[in-house]
Amino acid sequence: MLIPFFYMLREGGMKTSITELLSLHEAMQSGLAGQSVDDFYFLARTTLVKDEMHFDRFDRIFGAYFRGVDDSLSDLMQEVPEEWLQRQAELSLSAEEREKIAAMGGFEELMKALRERLDEQDERHEGGSKWIGTAGTSPFGAYGYNPEGVRIGQHGSRNRSAVKVWDKREYRNLDDTVELGTRNIKVALRRLRKFAREGAADQLDLEDTIDKTARNAGLLDIRLVPERHNAIKVLLCLDIGGSMDDHVRICEELFSAARSEFKHLEYFYFHNFIYEGLWKDNRRRHAEKTPTLDMIHKYASDYKLILVGDATMSPYEIVYPGGSVEHWNEESGAVWIKRLLRTYSKAIWLNPEPRARWDYTPSVKIVREIMGGRMYPLTIAGLDEGIKALR
Amino acid sequence: MADNKFNGTSSYITTDDLSMAVNAAVTLQRPILIKGEPGTGKTQLAIEIAGSLGKPLYEWHIKSTTKAQQGLYEYDAVARLRDSQLGDDKVHDIANYIMRGKVWEAFDSEVQPVLLIDEIDKADIEFPNDLLRELDRMEFYVYETKQLISARHRPIIVITSNNEKELPDAFLRRCFFHYIKFPDVETMTRIVDVHFPNLKKDLLSEALNAFYKIRDVRGLKKKPSTSELLDWIKLLLAEDIPAEALRSDNIRNAIPPLYGALLKNEQDVHLFEQLVFLDRRTNPQ
Repeated sequence: MLIPFFYMLREGGMKTSITELLSLHEAMQSGLAGQSVDDFYFLARTTLVKDEMHFDRFDRIFGAYFRGVDDSLSDLMQEVPEEWLQRQAELSLSAEEREKIAAMGGFEELMKALRERLDEQDERHEGGSKWIGTAGTSPFGAYGYNPEGVRIGQHGSRNRSAVKVWDKREYRNLDDTVELGTRNIKVALRRLRKFAREGAADQLDLEDTIDKTARNAGLLDIRLVPERHNAIKVLLCLDIGGSMDDHVRICEELFSAARSEFKHLEYFYFHNFIYEGLWKDNRRRHAEKTPTLDMIHKYASDYKLILVGDATMSPYEIVYPGGSVEHWNEESGAVWIKRLLRTYSKAIWLNPEPRARWDYTPSVKIVREIMGGRMYPLTIAGLDEGIKALR
Repeated sequence: MADNKFNGTSSYITTDDLSMAVNAAVTLQRPILIKGEPGTGKTQLAIEIAGSLGKPLYEWHIKSTTKAQQGLYEYDAVARLRDSQLGDDKVHDIANYIMRGKVWEAFDSEVQPVLLIDEIDKADIEFPNDLLRELDRMEFYVYETKQLISARHRPIIVITSNNEKELPDAFLRRCFFHYIKFPDVETMTRIVDVHFPNLKKDLLSEALNAFYKIRDVRGLKKKPSTSELLDWIKLLLAEDIPAEALRSDNIRNAIPPLYGALLKNEQDVHLFEQLVFLDRRTNPQ
């Protein structure tokens, strides 16, 4: 009976697997969710959802699918015979309530009214902002006749409190697929790891020890090797100011992630495009400039170059001498960047502007050509691609 | 089964969804993965489960250098080499040099144990994948001695993660999952009650008030969590700070006492002080 729900989850973009569906069934068979919908909701969530980012999505689908079902779960498994229900209902009703039912025209009338009320409720919800709002006819909405459902006359406070758990949508702000956090960036950057043995020898090299000991006629000869660690070297050049102001946050995130991920990270700032000088401290950019040539000479070609900028400017700033908006540059930006690329064969350009907009800006086109197409958007996916190109 | 249900303990407050997740994992004998903000009691949970169900606890704390193999067993080749030099008789039996890991110890337990794998996200990205079979079948093979070690009783495995790395899908499929969300005021009151039963009512409500206000400040790098709140209250009690000092209208233009216990980041403290200062200028009293 949970199979339609399972498919609905998958349609809703959740990667729920068969194994997980089976373990939910197994859990229900061992009577874990016997008591209430609340329990069933918790159980389903703990078995089917493995990431808190998907909690909100799960809540919405659960809400859409199980609307109209309340405390009794038996109706998930089978339709309950009506006479049994009637007996149950009569047992659970007080004398007053029984009188009320009689006044309404007996049990059957009550059931009809109840069903109408449930239908009404469905329609109301349909009009809401639920995204799976199509034909609010959840298969269980029709199953309104269940022992607990009959108690709707008491305004089913239990019922409502049960629904609330997922209708509250407490996990709404966790379902953020767009935003980049430093954590995701770190995971992406981590792919660039390259381990090498460097520094003091302090770890036992078992194979070499055995080998040397054997050659030493069985006299123990312990061999040590240095510990492995990340030996990748990164040169990060960030465009700052002007049109980059919109992207400060994401650049900060990239920067802080890169800083904690790479031991050998050197960074420089530039404005709009790279010319003969770069700087390390943006506040003292005019006083303390590092000549670009010094940078090329200081950091050898085993550094990987990551340029970050929106590459949005007038084409003159790239291709003509004196094109810079800030100073007179003897040589054009294109000459300088080609010089950089000659030294650093592994280089990429990360662009915080979305890829769809690149074609509308001539300067982006020029930069992409110079970079040999190695321009990637500053998103997790783009970063992944870029890292691949760097390896 | 009824006596085997976990519903929190006298020193640990659970919510309904948490006890459901734990009970499902216990009943179906699957590992349970616990995530949540730091300081919400993820590690404590395993300790409390073991305590309340009366089971022995094995703790395996993961570091960035931990390998999956270390949890199973390690072969101490150096000791064996050394013994061979000294002509020790032990050297003939390789089993003497197999060091048991935490997982093996748990598998070998006489009664069903609780195994805590703490902060699994600290290890290398491949770490969880290396444990798939062990967690699924609860057995592993010792190549040196050619034995198959399988669990006498499938342990209750509690795995905690701080979300520093994404865990592989194949691993997640085998676990139950629970995200400990930050407790609401009601649950928090119960938590503080459990830890400080003799706390004066007004001090508690003022403290909670101030605490949630600080958590609501936008742009904090590290929001204070439950464990920080408990430390703070401990300090408040030790210093005998009256409830009036925490009064909410006071907080608007004064920094709560001993806030160092709540804000652990220099920038956060600075930001907070600036906000209070701004507030004082705009709303002079």
